[in-house]
Amino acid sequence: MTSILLPDSEAELEAIIAEAAATASPIAIHGGGSRDIGRPVQAARVLSTQAMTGVTLYEPHELVLSARAGTPLAEIEALLDQNRQRLAFEPIDYRPLLGTHGQPTIGGVTASNASGPRRIQAGAARDHLIGIRATTGRGETIKSGGRVMKNVTGYDFVKLLAGSWGTLGVLTEVTYKLLPKAETETTLVFEGLDDIRAVEAMTTALGTPFEITGAAHLPGTPSQTLLRFEGFANSCEYRTARLRELLAAFGDAEAVRDGASADLWRAIRDAGPLDAGEDEVVWRISVKPTDGPAVAARLHAELGARYFFDWSGGLVWATITGPTDGGAASVRSLMAALGGHATMIRAPHGLRASIAAFQPEAPAVKAITRSIRESFDPAGVLNPGRMG
Amino acid sequence: MSAILMPKPDERVLARRDTIIAGLAALLPPEALITSEDERRAYETDALTAYRQMPLAVVLPQTTAQVAAILAFLNAEGVKVVARGAGTSLAGGALPTADAVVLGVSKMNRVLNVDIPNRTIRVEAGVTNLGVSAAVQHLGFFYAPDPSSQLACTIAGNIGMNSGGAHCLKYGVTTNNVLGVKMVMIDGTIVEIGGEALDAAGLDLLGLIVGSEGQIGVVTEATLRILPLAEGARPMLMGFQSAEACGACVAAIIGSGIIPVAIEYMDRPAIRVCEAFAHAGYPLDVEALLIIEVEGSEEEIADLISRITAIAAEFNPSTLKVSQSEAESAAIWKGRKSAFGAMGRIADYMCMDGTIPTGQLPRVLTGIADICNGYGLEVANIFHAGDGNLHPLVLFNANKPGELEKAEAAGADILKLCVEVGGCLTGEHGVGVEKRELMVHQFNTIDLDQQMRIKTALDPQWLLNPHKVFPLEGRPV
Repeated sequence: MTSILLPDSEAELEAIIAEAAATASPIAIHGGGSRDIGRPVQAARVLSTQAMTGVTLYEPHELVLSARAGTPLAEIEALLDQNRQRLAFEPIDYRPLLGTHGQPTIGGVTASNASGPRRIQAGAARDHLIGIRATTGRGETIKSGGRVMKNVTGYDFVKLLAGSWGTLGVLTEVTYKLLPKAETETTLVFEGLDDIRAVEAMTTALGTPFEITGAAHLPGTPSQTLLRFEGFANSCEYRTARLRELLAAFGDAEAVRDGASADLWRAIRDAGPLDAGEDEVVWRISVKPTDGPAVAARLHAELGARYFFDWSGGLVWATITGPTDGGAASVRSLMAALGGHATMIRAPHGLRASIAAFQPEAPAVKAITRSIRESFDPAGVLNPGRMG
Repeated sequence: MSAILMPKPDERVLARRDTIIAGLAALLPPEALITSEDERRAYETDALTAYRQMPLAVVLPQTTAQVAAILAFLNAEGVKVVARGAGTSLAGGALPTADAVVLGVSKMNRVLNVDIPNRTIRVEAGVTNLGVSAAVQHLGFFYAPDPSSQLACTIAGNIGMNSGGAHCLKYGVTTNNVLGVKMVMIDGTIVEIGGEALDAAGLDLLGLIVGSEGQIGVVTEATLRILPLAEGARPMLMGFQSAEACGACVAAIIGSGIIPVAIEYMDRPAIRVCEAFAHAGYPLDVEALLIIEVEGSEEEIADLISRITAIAAEFNPSTLKVSQSEAESAAIWKGRKSAFGAMGRIADYMCMDGTIPTGQLPRVLTGIADICNGYGLEVANIFHAGDGNLHPLVLFNANKPGELEKAEAAGADILKLCVEVGGCLTGEHGVGVEKRELMVHQFNTIDLDQQMRIKTALDPQWLLNPHKVFPLEGRPV
């Protein structure tokens, strides 16, 4: 029986981790438990941040919000919505894909450097995160950044901790910059393009000044290529019209507006178009956009992969059934040839224990990673092995 | 005698100078090694000119392999290395010591690849910031971070300091626009981090490297995001009779859902000096001036300007003027971007770089005035109003004994005030030597020790730009 530790203060958290370090007893770190990704952590105890909750600062006119790490994302989004603001990086909700049930927390969003379709224009969590507090594997709480928009004081641990999956420290409080919610959104849908033509259309669109905030391609019969525009109504109107003209060679596009458009992108954000079956392994592959079609074609030809593209081709979501390694050998050799990286997001427990979910690093980079991790967590008690 | 102390040079290194130079000469073509006093003098300071120190030698490698050979050799010899881009640091980031070798990347200045479909450019680190934009402008693209020194400053320096600029309100700073780097570690190991994809595998090492002030490795190449140029852009000027009204107007614009590409603030002394230099048409009868720039199509620009004008009306601007031509726009920006140079014509100055929560602006401006009055010094304020990054210029006369020290003391008080109201010591210039000893006001020992552990882990002898960022006392090495 795994016991769950629920500290409700930094002091309590520090004491737990210091004791764990002293006795070399690893701890698995959870937020809401909705994004169970990476190698399963071998630990007798689970520590959850769920008792450390609450928005600690919200200044709508300064576009800034701080919250303790266990605060549910839904609570923060509801609060921001009241002031027509949002976290612009559109964090993925992993629950539909992973079949998990917990409440995603702002700490989990941060520790996984979550992002979504708007990444092509607005960046990921790390690009909006401006301050952190975290308790390291030494049982000490550090801060980095703060609550102001521009800050280069000292090393940027804000970025380093974002996406560290609880392996350097347990986030206790995070501060994000916010953006106004768009007044309207419109999606242009082109039909019947093959993968290569679709990526051509999307990269062409992103090379124009018309500020596209989503570019995805869903193969199928017929295929759909989607381009999202957000902003003031008249500006969206103008930009979609200009884009239609510029992309005339790719056919006519239907316009989908507001709520219907938002539904499309919510599904794309959460990898919904994969409609992944229970026995399928799911990969998230990040490459330069023009390499997307080649990656998908190879995986389809070799392993019968099903897939769709986000980020104008730069993000390939793929499902693989069959090979005992979940397709890892093929995916890794493709990445070695093309550059980019792949993460096994969903797989049976046994496979996750035996195959590295995250892209293996080159030896020189691995050495840097190891020395950084040792300096934050010398006893190796925080989520050991989770990132490989 | 200046307030910032540099440690005594290592006599053992000074004594071995000839051997060290011979070792470097064996690794480099003759033109890449500078040893004569005359030529070294160009490298004795950066844009923090109050501090000067002749380095042991200067190397100007042309390839990553040469950088690797230099670092491996100096690491084995235990010699300090100060990496240098164009030497435009206002924080003394490139200030050498007598026992250090300056490693300049200025000769590594080729554009390696432009990839329009993937919107990236690969450059050697010695390419200038403006050189990046220049390489893609004919294709309709630009590189977003735009520090005032962009004509001279290099991508290497921008990465070292995580440089910003006037337009980062919309487009982010350096760290948001770098996708990959090639970097040489102190032992000569060459690493590739990131690439052309939007995210990289593993820990966010790129995030750590950007802004590490040359203390973790020497970046020799970088892959940068380039963005399509807007169809058009137009600045407008808005003058107010008080800092309060001006600050409230900025908050209201941002609160309305508009994020202009830039919102720049100048106070009366700054307006006067910049207007005298650039003849930009700035109003001289206001306490505070905003330059607000919006972009898009003609219709979008007109729409945004009318929305902003309507919001501003509530705050009674005494001047409101929209640029009517390219020439006028250029003059408006010339005034702002040459502010530091223009100020330098009338006085010596210390340029501060704190960031504050934007709501604290009136309080902090009053505080700055009080602090400078207390020292008997004048101050002019330039401010990235949208993101709270302040640049008070504390004016002094370097020829008057004691004035530099007074200006430094006033600057330190101003930065402490920034931290006190919830802000930070430096928004975009970096800590360098200038703010090294002030770090204790923003961070406690636990914070600083963890940062220094990373330094030790990646540069065990503390040879890379060692006398910067962290207070001299309490270091592990």
